[in-house]
Amino acid sequence: MASVTQNFFRLFRGEAAHNGEIANGHAEPRGNRRSSGLAEFTKLIAGQEGLCILDLGPTSPQNIAHLTGLGHRVYNEDVLLASMDPSFVAKNEDGTSSVNLENFLADNLKYNGQQFDAVLAWDIPDYLHETLVKAMIERISSVMKPGGVLLAFFHTKDAGPDAPYYRYHIAGKDSLDLQRGPQFRLQRVFNNRHIENLFRDYSNIKFFLARDNVREILVVR
Amino acid sequence: MEPFKQGENFRADVAHIGKSVLVKGELSGSEDLYLDGEVEGSIDLQEHSLTIGPHGRVRANVKARDIVVHGKVDGNIHGTERVELKRSAVLMGDISTQRIIIEDGAFFKGAIDIKKDAKPAAPAVKETPKAFAATASVSSTSTSDSGFAPQASLIQEKKY
Repeated sequence: MASVTQNFFRLFRGEAAHNGEIANGHAEPRGNRRSSGLAEFTKLIAGQEGLCILDLGPTSPQNIAHLTGLGHRVYNEDVLLASMDPSFVAKNEDGTSSVNLENFLADNLKYNGQQFDAVLAWDIPDYLHETLVKAMIERISSVMKPGGVLLAFFHTKDAGPDAPYYRYHIAGKDSLDLQRGPQFRLQRVFNNRHIENLFRDYSNIKFFLARDNVREILVVR
Repeated sequence: MEPFKQGENFRADVAHIGKSVLVKGELSGSEDLYLDGEVEGSIDLQEHSLTIGPHGRVRANVKARDIVVHGKVDGNIHGTERVELKRSAVLMGDISTQRIIIEDGAFFKGAIDIKKDAKPAAPAVKETPKAFAATASVSSTSTSDSGFAPQASLIQEKKY
């Protein structure tokens, strides 16, 4: 099991992680985009220290530096990568694969009580296996403080299934650096109604339209 | 007997635990340590630095002044001054430290708590240096019990 997990991490770290290239060199060039959702998110967490923030994306030194620099406590958990751990994936008789929800939730997003003031979900729900999406949003809701905020991105129908998966790095109060990540496949496109249903347990939802094929949402627990 | 070959990470003034060594138990010391083997239990180097090499596999809570991780750690890390995760690092556990450096490519699952610089009012009492010591058994078949002081954690307490 340990060796499977090690190989799994090795796979997603990419070639650069184990072929002796110079450290700190970003393998992929980075783009930048303005984010109204992040601007609102930043405004809501500004002026406070010691907030508990959960980042569900891949480990981003930039995000950690930014958020800890503001005096917050950061928790990092790459749920998309975790969901692809072979120990959770089973092959069905019809050749399709499914993820064992029970096992996944037993190992991931495990926290005690409502402790998070803010969550960065990025566009993880678009790439996550169908079985996990609703359960993940419910689990996140259960660990957020009332009034806590969650930032998420959803692709529009114009983004095809090969829409590249990006790692998001906070570059400023309203700007993000985008770095190409592993070629994960977009699993689905949510329409606004789907998104509202997904977050129906939350008290408020705000949509931000962007120029690219992404909608940003900010929800309040 | 083959002469000892000095690898690129070898430093004569640092204690080394090689990649074939498995330690189960409480590992403590008062000198810097380079660890490329496996440790299950706890590591406490107080005012000294710990480097976990690329082959290092640690299932323990770790406390040292400076901690540099190239390998894999499953446990909480407390670096009183600095923690550095190299890009080959895989860390499952919480970090608490004053300064942190994370290279792109490192995998981290846990919480980060940055402690503000706290200058002590009185100078810290220096302990008399003692030899590197461990109440640990160094054997692949060891079954020593291990314990550690739990740290505040966002996730459940880790026990080994």
